[in-house]
Amino acid sequence: MIEVGLTHFLVISAALFSFGIYGVVTRKNAVMVLMGVELILNAANINFVAFARYGNFGLNGQIMALFIIILAAAEAAIALAIVLNIYKTFAHVNIDEIDNLKE
Amino acid sequence: MNVYDIIFYLFAAITLASGFLVVTVKNIVHSAFYLLFTLFGIAGIYVLLGADFIAIVQLLVYVGGILILLLFGVMLTNKITDVDIKTGTLHIVPAVIGVGIFWGAITSILTSTHWKSLPAENIEPTTAQIGTLLITDYVLVFELLGILLLIALIGAATIARRDKE
Repeated sequence: MIEVGLTHFLVISAALFSFGIYGVVTRKNAVMVLMGVELILNAANINFVAFARYGNFGLNGQIMALFIIILAAAEAAIALAIVLNIYKTFAHVNIDEIDNLKE
Repeated sequence: MNVYDIIFYLFAAITLASGFLVVTVKNIVHSAFYLLFTLFGIAGIYVLLGADFIAIVQLLVYVGGILILLLFGVMLTNKITDVDIKTGTLHIVPAVIGVGIFWGAITSILTSTHWKSLPAENIEPTTAQIGTLLITDYVLVFELLGILLLIALIGAATIARRDKE
């Protein structure tokens, strides 16, 4: 096997991104869709950190990864609040059966 | 094949295998725990990329925060009568075809491109440099993200609050 370089990390991130998309598209439960979104964000993060190491960008890529983690935290909090509201209204969180936000 | 490569393939295998299981197992709680292993594997990959601070933040925020939040979400949005909390799936065949085409295309592009990559430098501690950058070049973004987090917290509490009867 060849020595581990930039391409290896990019391939891993591409695979994680695809898994994330698959999860977002196929899962019925809203919380599972959120997990898919987390996978996608992590795949993007791996790209940022990999280019920060192998490119000539200093630490800017790592700082961008840090900001993405912060945004993911905010996104998870808001999304779960919305999911809780959906559960209060419909008594389930199957996103294929939900067609409005209020009763 | 040196130690670095072996550790890389180990973390890559953990990340990809558990990432695959996250989106394929039916039980939501099992899914959340596989996500734990995926996030751990990604933290290991950050360490291999010389991003020690990001790896620690990954462990603290994702494993310690977001994953617990997701587990709370699972527990609060299901009628828990037994241990099994299942999720339904839909559109599996089109999703497999579409994602497969996407994955094949992006991977072939990534592997056939000749990346102009610098030889990897020696790994140094990054925390001090990141701290300096956060209060010099990125101070505006840093403050805005602080405000954004505050807004997100207030918004989440407002949305999820029960109405006063």
